[in-house]
Order: sequence, then C-alpha cells, then structure tokens
Amino acid sequence: MFGHFGNGAGNGGKNGGNGALVELAGIRKVYETGPVTVEALSGVDLTLRAGEFVSVVGPSGSGKSTLMNIVGCLDTPTGGSYRLKGEEVGRFTLDRLAEVRNRRIGFVFQNFNLLPQLSAFENVELPLLFAGMATRARRERAEELLTEVGLADRMRHKPTELSGGQMQRVAIARALACRPDLILADEPTGNLDSSSGRDILHVFEDLWQAGHTLLVITHDPAIAQRAPRSVTVEDGRIVADN
Amino acid sequence: MTFRHYLLQLLRDVRSQKLRTFLTLFGIVWGTAAVTLMLAFGQGLHGKLIASIKGLGENIVIAWPSRTSKAWDGLGRGRRIRVTDEDLEKVRREVPLITRLSGEYSAWNLRFRVGRKVFIPGMSGTNAEFGVMRNLNPTTGGRFVDDADVSHRRRVVFLGDKLKSDLFGVDEAVGSEVVINGVPFVVIGVLAEKDQDSSYNNRDNDRANLPASTFKAMYNRAYVDNFVFQVAERDDAVAAKKEVIASLARTHRFDPEDTEAVGMWDTNENLEFMDTFMLGFRLFLGIVGTLTLVVGGIGVSNIMHVVVEERTKEIGLKMALGAKRRFVVGQILFETLALTAIGGVLGLGIAWTVCASFPAAAIEYVGSPVISAQVATITTGVLGLIGFLAGFFPARTAASLDPVEALRL
Repeated sequence: MFGHFGNGAGNGGKNGGNGALVELAGIRKVYETGPVTVEALSGVDLTLRAGEFVSVVGPSGSGKSTLMNIVGCLDTPTGGSYRLKGEEVGRFTLDRLAEVRNRRIGFVFQNFNLLPQLSAFENVELPLLFAGMATRARRERAEELLTEVGLADRMRHKPTELSGGQMQRVAIARALACRPDLILADEPTGNLDSSSGRDILHVFEDLWQAGHTLLVITHDPAIAQRAPRSVTVEDGRIVADN
Repeated sequence: MTFRHYLLQLLRDVRSQKLRTFLTLFGIVWGTAAVTLMLAFGQGLHGKLIASIKGLGENIVIAWPSRTSKAWDGLGRGRRIRVTDEDLEKVRREVPLITRLSGEYSAWNLRFRVGRKVFIPGMSGTNAEFGVMRNLNPTTGGRFVDDADVSHRRRVVFLGDKLKSDLFGVDEAVGSEVVINGVPFVVIGVLAEKDQDSSYNNRDNDRANLPASTFKAMYNRAYVDNFVFQVAERDDAVAAKKEVIASLARTHRFDPEDTEAVGMWDTNENLEFMDTFMLGFRLFLGIVGTLTLVVGGIGVSNIMHVVVEERTKEIGLKMALGAKRRFVVGQILFETLALTAIGGVLGLGIAWTVCASFPAAAIEYVGSPVISAQVATITTGVLGLIGFLAGFFPARTAASLDPVEALRL
C-alpha cells in the first residue's frame, strides 16, 4: 500500500558512514521553574538506524515525550550530543532547525493537531507550503498522499467532519508530505478506539515495510509488540533496549 | 502562494470575528479620517489666509513719505518730505529691482451720487500698474484704469464691488455715470470679489480708483499721499526698500539711514509670519490627528496580541511542521498591515467625502479643505508606520514562541 512513499530513507547505507540516522549521546534535559529543578532526561544514549521501527514505552513522566521533542528538533537538550545523519544538531540555527523539522522529520501527535479551520487537503499542504513547493506540485503531492491513506473522497472535509481514525490518517499523510527520514509518533493511537487504533498500527507497519524509519511512543502493547525494537524509559534513563 | 495562504487566513479571521474586526477597523478608519481632515483643513485654511494676504498684493511694499527724524546736510530734523510723480520716475530709473510702481493720491470727502443715492467712499488716483500690483481685477466686461486714461486725464472711475452694489444695486455699472462732487464720471470697471485680510485705506471693495492725472488736476494735488512698488521675488524686497530710500534721500537731502523719513510696509512680512504660524498650526493639527491614529493603532496591536494568544497552538504546530520564524512574523504583519490598509482606505474615503461635500458657506470662513498629494502622502506614511509598529510587537511575541510549550496547550 505504501510503496509510493519509498523515498530512499530506508537505505541505511546512505545515512552517514556507520548507517546511524539518529545518534544521541549523554542527552540531558533539565527544566528550571523557579527554585524547582526537574531533570527530565539524565543521560540518554540511543542510536537509530535508518529503516528501524522502534517503540518507546515507559510510565507517564518518565521523559518519553521530552525525548521525542529533542529527537524531533522541537526542543534543545541541556547537555549531550545529538547527531542527525552525522550532523550535530546543537550547531543548527533556528531556521535550519525549522528546515529539519520540515523536511527530515514527520510528526504524528496523539491529538492529531490538525488545524480545524483548514480542510484535510490544506492541512497536508502546509508542510509543502513551508518547504516552498510550487502550487501545482504541492496540490499533486497532497492529493497523492491523501489517496494513499485512503481519504481521496474526504480531501475537502474539515477535521471536525472526520472520524478520529481519519484525522490520524490525515496527520500521517501530513507527516509524510516532505518525504522525511524519520517519522515520530507520540501516542498515535492514544485517542482512538481499538479498531481505529489497529487501523493506524497497520498503516505504521506498511510504512515500515516501505522502508521508513519510525520512532513511536506508546502505551499500546499491540504497537510495542509489533515493533521489532522496544526501548523502555524510566526516570529519564533508558532502562531496557531490546 | 504564501501570500495566498496569508490572505485566506485573514479572510477566515475576519469572517469568524466580525465584531472584533469591525471595532479594530473603526479605530483605524477614525484615526485616518482625523489625520486627513485635520491636515486637509489646515491646508485649506492656509490657502485661504495666503489668498487673503495676497488680496492686498503680492511682493508689494507700501511707502508713506513722512518727516525726517535726523539732521542731515545742514538741515534740521522734523522736515516734511513731499514726493512727486517726478521723484517716483527717478526712483523707477534708479532702482532696477522694482518691477512696478505707482503713486497714490487719496481723498475721503468726495460725494458719489447715482440717481438719488449718495455715498462718500474712500478713493485714490493711481496709474495703470496699481491695479496689477494690488490685485484690483475687474469683473467681466470691465477694466482697471489704463495708460490712455492717465495720459488723457479721462474722467473715468473703477469701483469696488461693495461700493458698486451700494450705488447701482444689481444693475450693470460699466458704462454708466457716477457724479463725483458734481462732475460726471464714467464707470469703466467693477472689482471682482476677492479675499483681503489687511488694508491701509479701507478694503478695496468699498473704494474707488481714478486716473492719477485726473485726480491731481481736479483736486489740485502736487504730492502723493503714498506710493506702492512691487518686486519680482520676495527676497528682492529688502534691497529694493533700501535703494528706494537712498534714491529719495538723494533727491530730498535726508539721511539714507533715517527710517522715519519714508515709512514702509513690506507686505511680505505678513506672508512670512503667516507661513511660520501656519507651519506651527498644521504641525499641531497633524500631531493631534496622528495621536488619534496612534490610539487606533494601539487597538490593532492589542487585537493582534489577542490573535497571537489565540493562535499560540496553531503557531506552535506550524513551527513544528517547519514554518520558519519569518513566516510566522510575516503572517502577523500581513494581517496587521492589511487591516490598517483597509481601515486607511475607508478613512481616506470618508475624509474625501467630507471635503467634497463641504458646505460653501463654511468655506468662506475656514477655506476649502484639500486632500493634496502632500496630505495623502503624510497620512499614508503615518498609517504605514503605525500599522508596522502595531504588528511588529505581536509578531515578535509569536516568533519567540517555544513550539513545545505552544503544542502542549
């Protein structure tokens, strides 16, 4: 089903000399709110190879989301090193970070985060707009993506007119828009009923089969089971990786 | 395409927040109309006052021969200086800066009679140049005293418009007779109505003019009461005054430094004063108008802050999807400038309507308000600056949002 999404990101050989897409070394994240200091991540080492499907599990407040924000270049670590395709992310300017989020990373959120005033089609167009793609190419690409996730007949609908599963498909189409190297999902099935959840899981599996790299935070044991590699985070550290 | 996205977003905002948009626009519309009208009225009033000043004449100096105040060349002070036409011809030859010159003989005690109506207006005997210098322009069908009138000592008279109405009512006066102290004169012209804010012998609309030669012969005058000269450029007046006094001082043997021997009124001084005053006045109006517009701008800025607040999550999401800061800033600035521009156009339209439909009765007192290119440029400039500032701060807030924080909402 997702053959068309193949974009070369699956070829580990292309990504840096050792094939690592993401290399985290000693990542720390400290939040200071007044006198209280909270260490959300205290020395995380994690390497993702292109084409991997990794689930991240752990209790609430363990630092999973912080980890994902850092990998997604939304947040900057307090200490440690993050190399994306061999490049040190800490040295990137704000604009370069925006480009990385735009082209190399696709986000899928628990609450979908679709813009309610835009149609499904326009939501998918957004990252392409930020990438500076010409109008015509942008429209073709958005159409192609929505067709692939099975929403060809829902393109002009607003998010409020779609079911949860459909909204998450739109979000996935949007995440894939700029052919990212890495797809990050934070509890993608958390707000869905079990049947829609299974649906989305299948979509992720298809994406993996097509060669995409996936990092999925989840409480859903079904996803954790399907992923060949599962990382457990507790108290800001990785306590298991298998 | 980014533009299209901005535009669609703006339209959605306007549609979803009609009242808020209306109130925001109202501030800008009001402010723009205020600035424009203030400036337009300032300009109209300026024009009106300048026209009034120029009603007396442009670049003219009026001079009254008087008494010496200093001893000179063996002659004591307090000696009367009397100027003749010959003296003035000498002045004309000696002072090339002068472009026009006329002596003026005046009388206040002559009876003007038409039918049974009698008036005793002020009147002057002058040459043809006087009419040009003093803007004594005739209505259609008439003329001022000309050179032939002067050389033939014709018994002709030019009437001020008010005097004409007094004597003739609405009837045509040109060609009719006025009996002045028992001697019939033919009316050759009537003054076209004009603004005149200053005078030295009553307003021109209530006076009559005869050829100087006729005046001298009939009323037995040898010396002018005063004389009037004109220079080509404003700046020439000071030098010309000095040279005129020097010429008369040579003829009549008085100290050329004696400022009282021949008193002079340089009407340009009025104009300069008026220019300075009006500059201050218009600046004041402009500032008051601008402050009104600033208040409108603050309203827009507030609204945009609210918009940023409301859209924090949306902006955070856009950033997560790869929107650069300049996209976010651009969007807020675009909306602000678009709102300001729409309000500005409406405000200008209102101001234009007010100016266009301004009652003629009021124009007589405050002049006709004009939205000149200058006024429009100033308003647009102020508006643009305010729009930019109103958008800049909210946009900066938006651009400094932390996407993680924003998405958590």
